[in-house]
Amino acid sequence: MDSARPMGWIKTTFHKTGSPRWFFTGARPWVVGLYVFGALLIVVGSTWGLGFVPPERLQGNSVRILFIHAPAAHLAEAIYVSIAIAGFVFLVWRMKMADMLIQAAAPIGFVVTVLALATGIIWGIPTWGTGWVWDARTVSTLLLAFLFFGLVALRQAIGREDRASRAVALLALVGVINIPIIKYSVEWFTTLHQPPSIVIGEKPAIAPVFLVPLAVNVLGFYCFVAGVVVAALRARIVEREAGTQWLRDWISKS
Amino acid sequence: MRLFVTQFRRDLLVAVRSRSDAANPLAFFVLATVLLGLGAGAQLAPGVIWVLALFANVLAVEGVFRRDHDDGTLEQLLIHAQPLFPAVMGKLAAHWALSGLPVAVLSPVAAIMLTGTANGVGVLVLSLCIGTPALTLLGAIGSALIVATGRGGLLVAILVLPFYVPVLIFGASASTAAMLGEPVAFQLLALAALLAASLTAAPFAVGKALAISQEY
Amino acid sequence: MCRLGYLDTIDAESAFGVYCKPRDRLRDEPVPYGPVVHGRANLVEDDLLVAENVRCTVGDRVLFDELSLSLRPGDLVEIRGSNGSGKSTLLRCLVGLHEPDAGDIHRNVDSLYVGHRPGICGRMTPIESLRWLAGITNSNADTAFIGVALDRVGLDEARHDVCDSLSAGQQRRVALARLLVSAAPLWILDEPLTALDDDGRDLVGELLTQHRAIGGAAVCATHQTLPTAPGGTRTVTLGS
Repeated sequence: MDSARPMGWIKTTFHKTGSPRWFFTGARPWVVGLYVFGALLIVVGSTWGLGFVPPERLQGNSVRILFIHAPAAHLAEAIYVSIAIAGFVFLVWRMKMADMLIQAAAPIGFVVTVLALATGIIWGIPTWGTGWVWDARTVSTLLLAFLFFGLVALRQAIGREDRASRAVALLALVGVINIPIIKYSVEWFTTLHQPPSIVIGEKPAIAPVFLVPLAVNVLGFYCFVAGVVVAALRARIVEREAGTQWLRDWISKS
Repeated sequence: MRLFVTQFRRDLLVAVRSRSDAANPLAFFVLATVLLGLGAGAQLAPGVIWVLALFANVLAVEGVFRRDHDDGTLEQLLIHAQPLFPAVMGKLAAHWALSGLPVAVLSPVAAIMLTGTANGVGVLVLSLCIGTPALTLLGAIGSALIVATGRGGLLVAILVLPFYVPVLIFGASASTAAMLGEPVAFQLLALAALLAASLTAAPFAVGKALAISQEY
Repeated sequence: MCRLGYLDTIDAESAFGVYCKPRDRLRDEPVPYGPVVHGRANLVEDDLLVAENVRCTVGDRVLFDELSLSLRPGDLVEIRGSNGSGKSTLLRCLVGLHEPDAGDIHRNVDSLYVGHRPGICGRMTPIESLRWLAGITNSNADTAFIGVALDRVGLDEARHDVCDSLSAGQQRRVALARLLVSAAPLWILDEPLTALDDDGRDLVGELLTQHRAIGGAAVCATHQTLPTAPGGTRTVTLGS
């Protein structure tokens, strides 16, 4: 670390991560690690949540699906925010890796959002008495799915790679206004959806007996999906950097 | 301001020269109203008028830059208009004057045909007058993103409709509340806030998207 | 003659960064472009445009790299190369429509771009189109002045016809009239001879010669030999 510039390591990391070659070779063990660690946590959290948590006072056994639903919903937003940040990085610094991250993460985000919606519907049928409610948070999650879909569709519609990258990055950046709408829609409308139960800095409105397995599952989801994203990102790198010397060397070595 | 006026007048002129193109959104709105009345009855919520206005808007905004891109006037605009902001605003203002405004003006007729009552029609018109310019501004971003691809229609709708939802929520809520005689100030203020936000942010996003679209 | 108050009021501080009287180009003795007013202090004196080490790629293919170019008053640069060699891309970089992958382009003066697309709306008459262009370029070209310009390019009869009803060559001539109406000292022309008859080609040559004589410069991408005096002409060949 450069002692004269204490923040120098941040810059170094930034540049290294920005290099497809460095990322491709360095991230390989991470994929495996994230997969294993994430899967482990998900197995632990889900078994705990599904098998060993007492039924909730009002919702009964249907509360158990929230151990999948809540992490998926959280993750969907997190993925979109990361995509928007990557979009900003790409538009400002033209960093190719940021664009590849968008390309890799958008379909994954779509799947996670659909998972959140599906589990939400399944949970809603016994709890609310209906699978679908026109409240703001369900609607905005559905819209999130369409935003992910739009990112993929736009990239496919624009043939030229460089132009498509910038257009998608701009769309991601513009779309990020949807995230605060998701967040504040709960305050905007008084609707059926229960307000968020875990607010950072406040005492959780959720009993610890539920909170611990939920936290385990959230962490597990984050790790596992991070593994999937990194793997997809490596696949994108192979696709885009095909023909470069370093990639040929790497292939012939392994 | 000069750029705004120049572009506004030019686009109005082009629209008047190609009358049928300019009348299409309005014709769609009227036709969809008739079909909806025939298909779903005459006791609908006033929100459906908002939905129709929204579809008319997305169909219209899809082509807002297409002709200019094809004949090369768009690249001239990008090269010469300094800053681009007022020229884009002029263009969108002209576009709205021929798509959103006529829909708002005709909406009372649609309201009477579809809801069976004229209650709260004034608020409906007002909400459309505030809301549809925001729709045009947001839709123009999507339209600008894909102008060079030669694709349109459905793709623009998919890209843009999610952004329309907040406007739809407040617009529909305002017109429904007005029909029932409830206070509407909050919804109208929220609509105005959305309009103000899109007025400040959207033209820059549109300009950026247009610049990207003209890259080779 | 007709009332030509055009541009008399524009001084050195104008948006162009130059002062000049393009209307005088329509007379026998053109008045030169004025001295360049630099927007940036570190630029070489009197260079209208400087491109340094420009690189453009399409996907993995490098169109050109380390391309440097500077244009001084009176210069004419011909860009040659086969189809797909990046001529249009280079011109669009120079005019600012395309951002190069590497390198810097300093545009010290206003430029005028005539690309493959005419920049003329089919639903407007030549006069209206040129008035709009004058409007967005912040110039004061009035209808009378535009009329003179249209006379010069041989469109005096078609000036009130909608451009859609004109032939391809006539539309090209409307685009040429932009060269007369514009006050920009730098012309960037992509295949200016396309669709023109012999007469039209000579006109392009004449306009270029005159433009250079009064201190303007031009970059042309072309497959054909430009009908112009050779002095100060350079050729950049792409794809070699």
